[in-house]
Amino acid sequence: MKLPLFLLSGPLAGLAFVLALPAMAETPTDFLRAFEQEARKADPAFQGFSAERGRQFFRQPHGNDWSCASCHTDNPAGSGKHAKTAKVIAPLAPAANPERFASAAKVEKWFRRNCNDVLGRTCTAQEKGDVLAWLTTIRK
Amino acid sequence: MAMNMLAPTPALALIGALTAAFLPVTGQADQEVFRVDNPAYQAECASCHIAYPPQLLPKESWRALMSGLADHFGTDATLDAKTAKEIQSYLEAHAGRARADGAKPPLRISETRWFRHEHDEVPSATWTSPAVKSAANCAACHTQAERGDFSERSLRLPK
Repeated sequence: MKLPLFLLSGPLAGLAFVLALPAMAETPTDFLRAFEQEARKADPAFQGFSAERGRQFFRQPHGNDWSCASCHTDNPAGSGKHAKTAKVIAPLAPAANPERFASAAKVEKWFRRNCNDVLGRTCTAQEKGDVLAWLTTIRK
Repeated sequence: MAMNMLAPTPALALIGALTAAFLPVTGQADQEVFRVDNPAYQAECASCHIAYPPQLLPKESWRALMSGLADHFGTDATLDAKTAKEIQSYLEAHAGRARADGAKPPLRISETRWFRHEHDEVPSATWTSPAVKSAANCAACHTQAERGDFSERSLRLPK
């Protein structure tokens, strides 16, 4: 079926606008909320996130050679260094680097890859939320 | 396809392809500054290491690397399919020439004869020094490596 262009352009422009919105609007708080929903679904007895648990999770190895801190260091407000290539990694704490936890695609990608490297599995929503809860307490 | 987007005419594309093909992998030319200008490649690959110039490995090597991202030298470097395809086209379009003897394509630039020849004066202690750590860390000595500049004037051996 062929539609006149003017009939299509309105809805398409509207759709593009709606699709563009989340990418601009994402903040660490949005991710905390999403992780919380997911954690509650996985465990009805979910007790909330703990920054202290996140801090420990970040610093400890989990069976493999690396911990999160191997590259991001114990101080995510500062620059990190890739454990293998020594490439400088921009700070992870949102207060020090506004590009962090600002894009769902990036957050998904990095947790997917890095949890696989550090834990050999995906991270749970509880773990991701704990780490983010800790990261958001860090000031520059 | 990808070539057409980057070069305005087929003639230029051909020159580009030939230039890329005969450069460093063969060690016959002395190019030291490379254009590494694909935003997806920069964004996705240059987080953990510099954006290695695609000219420094043959097409076969890039293809093998891109099909093994789940275990990329011991780390998970997986990408979504669309991004991976775009990056692979870019790398292949700008790749260097394969070795004529049909040897297995190297997975590391540091395994190429060209690299070994260029670095044969570097003392072994430099490679293992804490400031360098790994041959993957071009920027330890090539201070402008992130811009594709490997010229002698930007070279500083760390102490």
